[in-house]
Amino acid sequence: PTPARAAVPAARVDYPANRLANIKDLKVNEPMQVNYPDIDSPGVLIKLGAPVDGGAGPDRDIVAYSTMCPHKGYPLSYNAADKTLNCPGHFSRFDCEKEGQQVWGHATQNLPMFRLTVDGAGDIHAVGVDELIYGRTRNVLNEDAVSLRRG
Amino acid sequence: MTYKSGTDQLPIPPKDAKVQNVTCDFCIVGCGYKAISWPVDRQGGPKPDENAFGEDLTQQQGAESAAWYNPSMYNVVRQDGKLVHLIIRPDKECEVNAGLNSVRGGRMGETRYSDQTGTMTARLGQPMVWRYSQMMPTSWDDSLSLVADVTRRVIEEMGEDGVIVSAFDHGGAAGGYENTWGTGKLYFDALKIKNIRIHNRPAYNSEVHASRDMGVGELNNSYEDAELADTIFVVGANPLENQTNYFLAHWVPNLRGETLDKKKQMLASEPHAAAKVIIVDPRRTVSVNACETVAGKDNVLHLAINPGTDLVLLNALLTEVVNKGWQAKNFITQHTSGFDEAVKANRISVEDAAAVTGLRSEDIRKAAQWIAEPKAGGTPRRTMLAYEKGLIWGNDNYRSNAAMVNLALATWNVGREGTGCVRLGGHQEGYVRPSDAHVGRPAAYVDQLLISGQGGIHHNWATDHFKSTLNAEEFRRVYRRRTNLVKEAMDSVPYGDREAQLEQIVAAVKRGGLFSVNVDILPTQMGEAAHVWLPAATAGEMNLTSMNGERRLRLTERYMDPPGAALPDALIAARMANALEASFRRVGNETYANKFKGKFDWKTEEDAFMDGYNQHAEGGKFVTYERLRAMGTNGVQEPVVGFENGKLIGTKRLYADAKFKTDDGRAKFMKTEWRGLQVAGRDQQKEKYAFLINNGRNNLIWQNAFYDVHTPFVRERNPVAPIEMNPGDMEKLGLKAGDLVEVYNDVGSTQAMVYPTPSAKPGQAFMLFIAPTGQVGNVISKGTNEFMIPNYKNVWANIRRIGHVPSADAMSFKSIEYPKGL
Repeated sequence: PTPARAAVPAARVDYPANRLANIKDLKVNEPMQVNYPDIDSPGVLIKLGAPVDGGAGPDRDIVAYSTMCPHKGYPLSYNAADKTLNCPGHFSRFDCEKEGQQVWGHATQNLPMFRLTVDGAGDIHAVGVDELIYGRTRNVLNEDAVSLRRG
Repeated sequence: MTYKSGTDQLPIPPKDAKVQNVTCDFCIVGCGYKAISWPVDRQGGPKPDENAFGEDLTQQQGAESAAWYNPSMYNVVRQDGKLVHLIIRPDKECEVNAGLNSVRGGRMGETRYSDQTGTMTARLGQPMVWRYSQMMPTSWDDSLSLVADVTRRVIEEMGEDGVIVSAFDHGGAAGGYENTWGTGKLYFDALKIKNIRIHNRPAYNSEVHASRDMGVGELNNSYEDAELADTIFVVGANPLENQTNYFLAHWVPNLRGETLDKKKQMLASEPHAAAKVIIVDPRRTVSVNACETVAGKDNVLHLAINPGTDLVLLNALLTEVVNKGWQAKNFITQHTSGFDEAVKANRISVEDAAAVTGLRSEDIRKAAQWIAEPKAGGTPRRTMLAYEKGLIWGNDNYRSNAAMVNLALATWNVGREGTGCVRLGGHQEGYVRPSDAHVGRPAAYVDQLLISGQGGIHHNWATDHFKSTLNAEEFRRVYRRRTNLVKEAMDSVPYGDREAQLEQIVAAVKRGGLFSVNVDILPTQMGEAAHVWLPAATAGEMNLTSMNGERRLRLTERYMDPPGAALPDALIAARMANALEASFRRVGNETYANKFKGKFDWKTEEDAFMDGYNQHAEGGKFVTYERLRAMGTNGVQEPVVGFENGKLIGTKRLYADAKFKTDDGRAKFMKTEWRGLQVAGRDQQKEKYAFLINNGRNNLIWQNAFYDVHTPFVRERNPVAPIEMNPGDMEKLGLKAGDLVEVYNDVGSTQAMVYPTPSAKPGQAFMLFIAPTGQVGNVISKGTNEFMIPNYKNVWANIRRIGHVPSADAMSFKSIEYPKGL
């Protein structure tokens, strides 16, 4: 018989690869509501119309961010005029063209960005998160409930 | 690339984790936090019965969760020699902040010293002395005996006036009652030092002499008053960025109308509405923007005044109030003096004031109405009057401060609910010292003494003049030259031959040299010139008490060890005193040695607290560490008046009995005639140079950025300190966002990074104050008022491009204002 081996827990969180949309679904500068890594973590998917650092897709202009303010968890609103996400609770602002950099505010971290891949058919998948999401001690709350990927 | 911590999970504190009280290290507001710590080899779990919060951490937490902590709030540190996990998170039970954290206080976790995570490893952990032509580690005994011997030799040669001292006098980290008492007892009791200055200005003086002379202490209300006020009138302050959670937790709810129920309940016999706010500031700040967002434009009056003319506005408001008969006649008769004389002397019409201040007459009238017009039914309006550095460090400090208090007294807006005439504050407070009467008034202008070659030794406690003084270029140049003379002299003989060292040092001092001792937590710019560094502990590495802007006294408990051999300043002062005693005794000067005898036998900071606060503060006899600990993060408001049923009893607001701090108990009105820009040369500077170089703080950075320069999250937004400029002005000068510019005038020159700011008026630029990468002090002339209060604010200069900041390309330069209509 094969000897039993204890599972070695991972030092980091494993993320699901979730399809968010297809490029064809996006209109430039019109945010689409998404959820990632699970239904309780709201975010936006935006085609900015010009390439940015961290942008995905053929035009390097597709980005996705958590929309829970990393200060106190209020829902951020998108301001299309200057492509920022803004908190009505305490006025914090995050730049969607600069990987969620806090322009001004009270959060002690920049805005979590959902890492994206785009396949040949134009399907956009979220595959990771680069910063701790508000209201969680672990970005993926229930690893049994989702199909996780490594890498 | 925008900085990300790369953290996607954090350790969970177990149910039995240690929980201690913390008051934020930083600003005057003093938000309550809890330090949660547990052994490094243990962890809690996500189920409610497995963690310290009793929360189900497998679920998404809602907004304002008390259980969420983030990477900036977490660290691994030593506690009593053992490694522990540490979380410092805002306390929802604290009445000051109700669980909110600012971007400064929320980073206390990551600004702790940790060998494990590498944060703040720049901290000073051992005494260092100048020998073998560099700074070298040594023992406390060796470093302090050198300091004592040199201090003694200077006193022997020059008397105590040869000892020049720069020392914090505030609360919060790098201050507190323990440490101000420690340094105070050394310099004002054992010694009688006259040439002493404070951390942020070049003399030992009050920033609010006038208010105190009028019998009105400057912190006289409660933060709750901002929830009860009908109108908030604020001059020269930007509370959203500088007193963040006072503004967010107490002003904003009133502006939104969320405190109406509370008003109706507490003040039942009068009509109530959501508050209106008047903000006097040449610059449109995020405070103005936030007020408009929550209160609506109709309830916000931004008076974008000509720089330096606040006094004229305040006198005009007093005149208008009296013309309308809105003054509090009974109160004035029964509890004040000098009203008629002041009104007469300060009289100026609204139209004349409009011409000087650049404001519209109707706006000045509207302000008077919002401040003083009685409410329906004739009940007096409740107006909170607040001010800070725009007034304090603006033009003609004493008179402007007095004019503000005149207005508050005329309308009886002191001592009632929903009122107050208060400074908003910078640091917390923590002042208990032996009498400073020998310092005199005006106090010595210490930085000018140093520049003019006086003094033989400089004891510097946690101040950095290189960043924070005015006339800073000249100061740096002279200070380096003087301290270098001593360094070269010390290098000429072996360090181990103390007598030869002393001979060389004294000879160099006689040639104009200066011996410099630096007590601090981190290396500083001025420290580079020093001969001795003494490593201090900060709040949380020691027990530390302070009070906030509503006189709320709390104990921050010791939750971790200081780095290396660092000690609380109080104990450094005690050891220095004991070394001085030994030095004088060694040379047979028993009389001098006895000045220190038996005064500094403290073993702990608590000993210093009991010797100082407990024995000398008003109501101090009721207060002990144990009693304060039991009062938690809410503490008690000073003055403490008793101890009953296990609780300290405090004072909610001052002057509720209308008895003021004067000999006859009557508050004094003052004559405050306008005399133009008071500092010599500023009018000519204004004519000659194109830009007002206004300056002040921003939200992200605490003080002179001593921690922030080590924090990538902050450094990324401030590779070079910003200068806010109008886009039209930028175009004229050929400037782009992120360009490096030189700011220059007849005093000196400095640098900054251009941040386009559409709301900036043409010809008005704004620099970050006391920034390490470009000191605005270089272009501020040495002029002060009659009590040595500097005018840091009203400065004019030209701007020219010198390049581009490379790391600026990773920065966002978008507007810092919350968008309209969202």
